[in-house]
Amino acid sequence: MRARVLIRPKEGILDPQGQAVERALPALGFEGVANVHVGRLVELDVDSVDAVPEMCERLLANPLIEDYEVLAVE
Amino acid sequence: MKFGVVRFPGSCDEVDAVLACEQQGEAEILWHGDRDLKGVDAVVVPGGFSYGDYLRVGAIAQFSPVMEAVAEFARGGGPVLGICNGFQVLCEAGLLPGALLPNTGLRFLCRQVDVEVVNAETTFTGACGEGELLSIPVKHTTGRYYAPDATLAEMDANEQVVFRYAAGNNPNGSVRDIAGVCNRERNVVGLMPHPEHAVDPLTGSADGACLFASAARLAAAA
Repeated sequence: MRARVLIRPKEGILDPQGQAVERALPALGFEGVANVHVGRLVELDVDSVDAVPEMCERLLANPLIEDYEVLAVE
Repeated sequence: MKFGVVRFPGSCDEVDAVLACEQQGEAEILWHGDRDLKGVDAVVVPGGFSYGDYLRVGAIAQFSPVMEAVAEFARGGGPVLGICNGFQVLCEAGLLPGALLPNTGLRFLCRQVDVEVVNAETTFTGACGEGELLSIPVKHTTGRYYAPDATLAEMDANEQVVFRYAAGNNPNGSVRDIAGVCNRERNVVGLMPHPEHAVDPLTGSADGACLFASAARLAAAA
């Protein structure tokens, strides 16, 4: 089974990467863009998606600073 | 007094760390793949880019064989100092509270900063003066210290903030100007600035030597 993990900075934690992208877009003429956040995407083949949350807690994400979301893609 | 300095693939400050330790006693490299700490009295986890800093800074290194041994050594009261990437590794391993985030300016910074010794009663600050300002360099991209408010309150109560950037010297947006912290037992200390690069007047400052001298003094008294 293919699993997809989305990892993003926790809400409320300053995300300078997101801010930098947010500032760059209007410079290219894209207006009306707000709340940009930059995270990571991890994709992995697993026997069962059940084990993935623990993988996130222990390695794939740092729960102190990041939120994660596990999706089964196929 | 024998220091052990960890070397991961991607470490780059272990040689300076060895030189800083050798001013105070003996020093030996501890290879990341070995569990054997070779009977050292204190461990330094140096700066660099352990395992390429893949995934997240310090994330992979925490699971290396040597870090399993270092964690056990630390839990038994052994002195452990994490510098820069070593600090990130100790936070990831849960041996120190908090985490390090990208600098607010998103740039790699390399400059001399003034760092105040806030707690001079840890294993690595006993030979420093409380309130003393140390002139030592920082060089990092991911050095913004962060901990949730509840953790910060707990750290305050236990006096776990060891170093703060002096007023106007916070280079990276660290919460409450925190440059270095310790565990509750005060035998594990981590900081982003590099005391091992400031141990000889030839390089502009020898202020960093007091961290290594602190551990040596404790070992001599034991």
